[in-house]
Amino acid sequence: MQEFTESRHNFEECMKCTVCTAYCPVLQVNPLYPGPKQAGPDGERLRLKDPYFFNYALKYCMNCKRCEVACPSGVRVADLIQSARIKYDKSAPKLRDRILASTDFMGRLARPFAPIVNGVTSLGVTKTVLDATMKIDHHRSFPKYSARSFERWLGRRAKEQAAFPEQVAYFHGCYVNYNYPQLGKDLVKVLNALGVGVQLLDKEKCCGIAMITNGMTGLATRHAQHNVEVLGKAVDNGLKVVTTSSTCVFTLRDEYPHLLGVDNSAVRESLLIATRFIFEKLEKGAQLHFRDDFHMKVAYHTPCHMERMGWGVFSEKLLRMIPGVEFTLLDSACCGIAGTYGFKKENYQASQEIGQALFDQIARVAPDVVACDCETCKWQIEMSTGFKVMNPVSILAEALKTDED
Amino acid sequence: MRFDTVIIGGGLAGLVSGISLQKEGRNCAIISTGQNALHFFSGSFESMEEAPARVIELFDQAGVRLHYREGVRLMPMGTFRPAALSLEDTDLFPEHKFARKVLIVNFLGYHDFFSSFLAEGLEKQGMQCRIRLLNLPEMEQLEQSPSEMRSVQIARTMDRVWEKLVQEVRVLLKDEDCVILPQVFGLRDTSVPSKIRQGIPARVVFAGTLPPSVPGVRTQMLLKRRFELLGGTYLMGDEVIDAHVHDGLVHSLVTRNFDSHYIEAENFILASGSYFSKGLRSNPTSVFEPVFGLDVEFPTDRNLWYNPLFAEDQPYMHYGVKTDENLHAVKDGVAFKNLFAIGSVLGGTRPEFGSAAGLAIRSALNVADQILGKQ
Repeated sequence: MQEFTESRHNFEECMKCTVCTAYCPVLQVNPLYPGPKQAGPDGERLRLKDPYFFNYALKYCMNCKRCEVACPSGVRVADLIQSARIKYDKSAPKLRDRILASTDFMGRLARPFAPIVNGVTSLGVTKTVLDATMKIDHHRSFPKYSARSFERWLGRRAKEQAAFPEQVAYFHGCYVNYNYPQLGKDLVKVLNALGVGVQLLDKEKCCGIAMITNGMTGLATRHAQHNVEVLGKAVDNGLKVVTTSSTCVFTLRDEYPHLLGVDNSAVRESLLIATRFIFEKLEKGAQLHFRDDFHMKVAYHTPCHMERMGWGVFSEKLLRMIPGVEFTLLDSACCGIAGTYGFKKENYQASQEIGQALFDQIARVAPDVVACDCETCKWQIEMSTGFKVMNPVSILAEALKTDED
Repeated sequence: MRFDTVIIGGGLAGLVSGISLQKEGRNCAIISTGQNALHFFSGSFESMEEAPARVIELFDQAGVRLHYREGVRLMPMGTFRPAALSLEDTDLFPEHKFARKVLIVNFLGYHDFFSSFLAEGLEKQGMQCRIRLLNLPEMEQLEQSPSEMRSVQIARTMDRVWEKLVQEVRVLLKDEDCVILPQVFGLRDTSVPSKIRQGIPARVVFAGTLPPSVPGVRTQMLLKRRFELLGGTYLMGDEVIDAHVHDGLVHSLVTRNFDSHYIEAENFILASGSYFSKGLRSNPTSVFEPVFGLDVEFPTDRNLWYNPLFAEDQPYMHYGVKTDENLHAVKDGVAFKNLFAIGSVLGGTRPEFGSAAGLAIRSALNVADQILGKQ
């Protein structure tokens, strides 16, 4: 029956209902952006006739995918826009964009000199210079680098982890490896409490999302091919693979096939956000023991890519499960950072305006902690509101009863 | 994941049933494939058979103010239709001639509002009309992108600068006793329409625009927030692709986002809408309901499905899933014990009369009451 009801081109599913335009965060603040309907399905029809109709203003799309979540007709609006950028935008990425996008290369470079690098990047003068020369907005702070990588930390514990009856592989991503290994350690603590040991993949590479959105498609594709291969090894061994970053797992699952044309069908269903994996363990009867004295007012922010995957509910249900958590679900809205987007000087103002409604709501709720599964949302919300942001996994880890308790 | 009731479809019917159940402590999930027909909402429902007090209260608790009055409502093209229950900012008139002289004000560059048609329609009813275009400096940002000069974008600007609009309209106003404005106010700040009314010394009527409908988007946001505040789970952007059915009972659903993680419940409500929302689908030989394959009655001769006169009543709009007298969905002639169908998926409405919204609400309340054991 499908053959009569589906078009060959996904954009032809668009009924021109304009619903997506009501939910595009960029359209609300940037008049230079043609909007998801125009940039996506409408523009695609023209671009197929003649690439002349490609509009460079498509670069203002943040790739948040909220148009796809809103679309009643199943049009992959943001994929159409990003695919058009990949296909038609032949301008070479700027040096700044290359640097921002090379999260793992920069991490490897910076880690051995972490204290120096952290000191230098947090200096006002450095920020001024980067703003003037590179157009990286001076309001932004670079994430701090950690002197010890997470890979090394977990590598040393491989034997102890292998002793657990059940095993899972962890795609830690650049942020956990180079900037914030504590999140990875928190995940290990929670999973170990569930009787699950954590393994590294056979040398993962950066998921490549920042390369995709910054025009470094070739490199992103090579990363994708490599990652699908190493993920395949883990999945062949019967392992699920978890991440603590909603964007990493979204990229591995959906951006690889949709934007890079890399076939991940053998591994896709085994890739999960950690909170879904933990929720499923608990649903099947595993138990976590929480401290009696734990109290935290938590407001959960659903990151855009978590919203697109539809998995925010797993993080939400887990947090609600913790005794002593006073929970608020924040209205689903983009925080405005969108990975490297908000770091660029030309996007700074739009980025802050997009997030304003969310920042205002957080201020009204006044939680102890904002919870969210995305590292760049964390930087944006911490910078813009002053409230502390934690991954739900870290909140779980903190609430767990340990042997010393 | 397990719930008491899972509702497929997050539009008006799904939200009203979800709110009614959640309010009584039932743990509900709504699964919604994208946004819904509320985005084309006129602002009015057709007359309710039973007293509307319960509906008014349910909406009021969500922050959506309704008023009840048998009468007619103004259509975007200057015609009128009967209606009885409306959003606060959508007028219901006791008779067609609701003013002596009318000033119709539109924004420069906004093409989704039909001032001339409105004037033509109102003049037929004996109302004298004057049309004026406003050019507010605050709108310049929007004007830079003509294709994106839409209702929702204007509403976002107007939430901030409505006072400027009031000033400008006061300058334009001569001896008219009524001002008509496009319905692009109160998207987030719901007090804006009434503030505009207070600021202009004439009757202010808001007339419908092309989609997205600002009062509709506002209603959707407020009802969804109410459902979530009551503890409901709203799964936006997911799609039910299969159902596990055994012995006349639905056991669980398979969704695109949850894949191997099934969604289980005691009761299921199908509120998946009509063709636009893909609650009903069609191909050259049949009309079908895609999730459960429920019974749908339609003539086998395809030529009977539609009336070649486009604006006439179209038979295919009356096709819908079959149910028993208690709205239990029927498959192969047998009614499910725990699957109900509500809203537009039932078919049989005349959307051009606004009856789809009325059917959505009535069937939603009926099924919620059955699940709660009130019937």
